[in-house]
Amino acid sequence: MPDTGLLFWMLVIFAVVLAVLAKWGFPVITAMVEKRRNYINESLGKARKADEKMAGLMKEQARIISQAREEQNRILKEAAEARNNIIRQAQEQARDEAAKLVAEARVQIEAEKESALSQIRSQVAMLSVDIAEKIIRKELSGDKEQKELVERMVQESLKLDAPAAKN
Amino acid sequence: MNRIIRHILSAIGAFAITAAAYAAGPEPGTAPEAEAAAPAEPVEEAPQIDIKTMLFGHIGDSYQWHITKIGDKDIVIPLPVIVHSSTGWHCFMSSKLEEGPYEGLYCAVGGKYDGKIVEKDAEGNEVRPFDISVTKNVAGLMINSAIVLLLILGCARWYRKHDVLEEAPTGIAAVIEPVVNFINDDVIKGSIPEEHSRKYAPYLLTAFFFILVNNLMGIIPIFPGGANTTGNIAITLVLALCTFVAVNLFANRHYWKDIFWPDVPWWLKVPVPLIPLTELLGIFTKPFALMIRLFANIMAGHAIILSFVSIIFLTVRLGPVINGSMSLVTVIFGIFMDCLELLVAFIQAYVFTMLSAVFIGLAHEGGKPSGEAAVQDSAGETDAVE
Repeated sequence: MPDTGLLFWMLVIFAVVLAVLAKWGFPVITAMVEKRRNYINESLGKARKADEKMAGLMKEQARIISQAREEQNRILKEAAEARNNIIRQAQEQARDEAAKLVAEARVQIEAEKESALSQIRSQVAMLSVDIAEKIIRKELSGDKEQKELVERMVQESLKLDAPAAKN
Repeated sequence: MNRIIRHILSAIGAFAITAAAYAAGPEPGTAPEAEAAAPAEPVEEAPQIDIKTMLFGHIGDSYQWHITKIGDKDIVIPLPVIVHSSTGWHCFMSSKLEEGPYEGLYCAVGGKYDGKIVEKDAEGNEVRPFDISVTKNVAGLMINSAIVLLLILGCARWYRKHDVLEEAPTGIAAVIEPVVNFINDDVIKGSIPEEHSRKYAPYLLTAFFFILVNNLMGIIPIFPGGANTTGNIAITLVLALCTFVAVNLFANRHYWKDIFWPDVPWWLKVPVPLIPLTELLGIFTKPFALMIRLFANIMAGHAIILSFVSIIFLTVRLGPVINGSMSLVTVIFGIFMDCLELLVAFIQAYVFTMLSAVFIGLAHEGGKPSGEAAVQDSAGETDAVE
């Protein structure tokens, strides 16, 4: 049978041990272990997050690089287009310019021709008036002389006409 | 490893030879080794050895702490006797009892109260006073409790002085922490729902370390160990009582419903409450089994080791050859048994803690569904109010 005294002492001793350990013993240990476990878990979580972030950054980096490459391509293409445009425009401009010059020259030539023709016409008119005058004057002096005069007049007018025609 | 085994074997051989020489020698008065010393006393006094008395003398309780006997001189630590007899309180050292009755009190020899302090009543019958003496077991309990407190508070102190986030545990904390973790995580949290385990963890951990240290100290044959604490039914009774209280005091509704109105066919519980009665009995048999298991395991272990040791002294009369060889066998078996006891010391502490945790867990099991139901009920009520 269990001894009363031993029972009593066991109750007292175990109660004291339990009280002391429940107050200052195990809660401290388990709390600290828990704290450390939480810390480790947290650290692992952080590391995982950092890893994910790193992977995200890498992806972002790759994306940025590819974007930059696209941009580069686009710019190069645009530059080439612009160059072609400029060249084409320049060519067109040059062509227009040339056409304009040719047209102007033609107009001038036409005008020159017009003026030359009108000059010739007026010259011929003057000559005709002169000849007519001289003929009229010769008739007044004799037939022979008159004829000679006309001849001479015609010769002269032709001589005069030649350089005018040249112009 | 080999070298260690060789050392052990040579020590055993030397021991066997000295034991044989001791058995053959004409003067058996020389003191043998400490381990053999205590059981040696009956040999010297009488050729007929009373194994039973010797055995129960060792695993039982006593008013003084007998360490050994050198020659004719007993080495004894006297312990305080505290009794309340018909003449009031008495408090004195147990050494006073050696010279006969002291203040009307004496140690009974034989009879109903053999070895206990008794007094004579008016009719001359031996009666036991109210006895709360600090006996060998009580002193052992105090020493072991001090060790438990020292270990755990030392560990807790380490945690208070160091930053757990900065350094790994060293010294005593490195020893205690893994055990605390093992019991707390695997046994306690494994058996008790999370929200309750925190409340019960200190008790279960205390019980584990208390039992473990008491078991281990019980294996050590000399002072300050050697008190058969966990092999005493009074001590296991208190431990089992604590578990009983822990299980039943805070049990939930579901637990009591399962006992008094279990989910069985109605005819098993209505005219004759067969199952409820069985369940009610189960409340008491569970801690009772805890009490008996721990007590029987530890006491049996001690009894076996003591029996092995007493073989040496039983075979003395059979001649030096048999005695020597039997001593060798005894020592080998003794070593084996001591190793086994180390294992048992841990296993019994573990089993007690685990079963306590399981019983406590059962008292809180089913709390989840009923808790949810309660939540739903209250939700329904609030809905109704609205």
